[in-house]
Amino acid sequence: MADSLQKDEKKYLFDNPKNVKRVLYGLYTICAGLFLIDFVFHRHVEHTAERIYGFYGIYGFVACVVLVLLAKEMRKILMRKENYYDPEGEE
Amino acid sequence: MPDALHPAFLFFAGALLVALLRGKAQALVALLVPVVSAVFVIGLGAGDGWTVSFLGYELQPFRVDRLSLLFGYLFHIAAFIGLLYAWKAGDTLQRVSGLLYAGSALGAVFAGDLITLFVFWELLAVTSTFLVWGRRTPRSVRSGQRYILIQILSGLTLLAGTIIYFVDTGSLEFSFIGLESGLGAKLIFLAFGIKCAWPFLHNWLTDSYPEATPVGTVFLSAFTTKVAVYALARAYPGTELLVYIGAAMTAFPIFFAVIENDLRRVLAYSMINQIGFMVVGIGIGSELGINGAVAHAFNDVLFKGLLFMSMGAVLFRTGTMNGSNLGGLYKSMPITTVFCMVGAASISAFPLFSGFVSKSMVVTAVLHEHHNVVWFILLFASAGVFHHAGIKIPFFAFFAHDSGKRVKEAPKSMLIAMAISAFACVFIGTFPSISLYRILPFAVDYVPYTATHVLTQCQILFFSALAFTWLKLSGLYPPELRSVNLDVDWSYRKLLPAVSRGVYAMAKTSRAAIDAGGLAILRKLGQAYYGLNGPASRLARTWPTGSIALWAAVLLGVYLVMFYT
Repeated sequence: MADSLQKDEKKYLFDNPKNVKRVLYGLYTICAGLFLIDFVFHRHVEHTAERIYGFYGIYGFVACVVLVLLAKEMRKILMRKENYYDPEGEE
Repeated sequence: MPDALHPAFLFFAGALLVALLRGKAQALVALLVPVVSAVFVIGLGAGDGWTVSFLGYELQPFRVDRLSLLFGYLFHIAAFIGLLYAWKAGDTLQRVSGLLYAGSALGAVFAGDLITLFVFWELLAVTSTFLVWGRRTPRSVRSGQRYILIQILSGLTLLAGTIIYFVDTGSLEFSFIGLESGLGAKLIFLAFGIKCAWPFLHNWLTDSYPEATPVGTVFLSAFTTKVAVYALARAYPGTELLVYIGAAMTAFPIFFAVIENDLRRVLAYSMINQIGFMVVGIGIGSELGINGAVAHAFNDVLFKGLLFMSMGAVLFRTGTMNGSNLGGLYKSMPITTVFCMVGAASISAFPLFSGFVSKSMVVTAVLHEHHNVVWFILLFASAGVFHHAGIKIPFFAFFAHDSGKRVKEAPKSMLIAMAISAFACVFIGTFPSISLYRILPFAVDYVPYTATHVLTQCQILFFSALAFTWLKLSGLYPPELRSVNLDVDWSYRKLLPAVSRGVYAMAKTSRAAIDAGGLAILRKLGQAYYGLNGPASRLARTWPTGSIALWAAVLLGVYLVMFYT
């Protein structure tokens, strides 16, 4: 991604929204490809769940969404101000 | 008797020399210590070491076998990289304590008996604390105080366990112990668990590591927890409880990592997640499980060190570690960005990067033993680690919205240290069978690069990236906020002080009540007595001579009157 930095004066790689789009479309294409391979290639299976087409992709996606949404809920209980633990009168 | 040189003593002697030197000479000698020591360690083979008789007991302060040698190599590499990283950013305190700390870790992994282990276990605690204090801020001083208390607690638990274990079994040997041999074995298990950052015992790590200096954190991340992993692999392999403890360790910290703002604290949580995989492997106890656990420990030191180094460089240049204040640094620190992404790819276990060849050993071992639920948790944690360490760290530091910070690229010495780690991550990840797999405790017949494994790993990772992208674009992703999140440390930083303040206040008021009530009664009694016998009372009154003379005159007068009538 960013290892091919091209500096032209003050414009950097991701200052151009087109490049961000390119990265995103690249990701979408790879994901679609990886999902479709499952229907062609017969994976070596050890666990019954692995037989489901696209199991790893779906599981990874759902896991991350659940992770983030739960963590967001945790904030309501656990989040405090930055100086919560500081003794009074100290930065 | 001594026929081989113990590397710990080379490190201690080196630390002494480094303490006397200043400037470039100091940095150079510090860097040479692990190199010189490595020359001796490479010459060591299984079976070397010392056995001594002490008060009739056989002790083995120096034991060399395949397991201890692997950690011996690892700690030399880690010490060298750490000291190189410290070339510019280090100072006398950090170099000396760094060397003493690395030496203590070597002492612990080469210890063949529990007494020697205890000594180095405590030295690890003391020497590492100075790396936390080395930041020299009030916050790091307080954090270091909490850190050393918990570390010493682990040491005392180990000592108590050792004594009881010795009384029960008559053995001081540091080899397989297992949970079945009574209370002593359980206490030793717990002592290892504290240093291993088990759930509820983990908070010292996430509290103190992010408070240390850039150099300090790189050192801290390499040794303490890995010594604990080694100790568990040595004494409790195949303990089923470890499978569940490890699984919990892989899962719960990633939730904290998602909402944490301090990026080095995110890495600290992610460290617990990675150690979780190792603990699961040890709990499985099969050759594949143990190999996977120690292989992952080896890789973790390299890629977690690399990630901590890249974040340390950011802290060194920008002075902040808050995700909310960073972003866009790929413009001014492009090389650090690339190294950070290599570390991120390695911890996420991308094919061709080191995590891929070690984490999967543990996951496969779990599947072989039919721990289905644990397998699902590990898959969840694998997706999660990519999410918070693989994406969040590089994204919020180097990309995201441009913070407008324009700083210099990291110093050369830091870049070289990162380059060595990054190279090792890619080399081990690409050619495991000619590097890491050769030094594992058991012969390896595991093949990481199968079409299925590469495909499934890519699927899980790219779809995790897709999830991140979707959450970010849809605005569902929680923003980076300047905040702290409550964890177990709340119990001893807020609850315990509040309880003790409450108890003190109660004692104070009840004392005041007792004082007030008791005094009132005493005062009343006193007043009554005083009223009767006090100087102003009727009984104690002193009468003026005049009045006596008057009364005498009156009496005489009455008597006179009575006499004549």
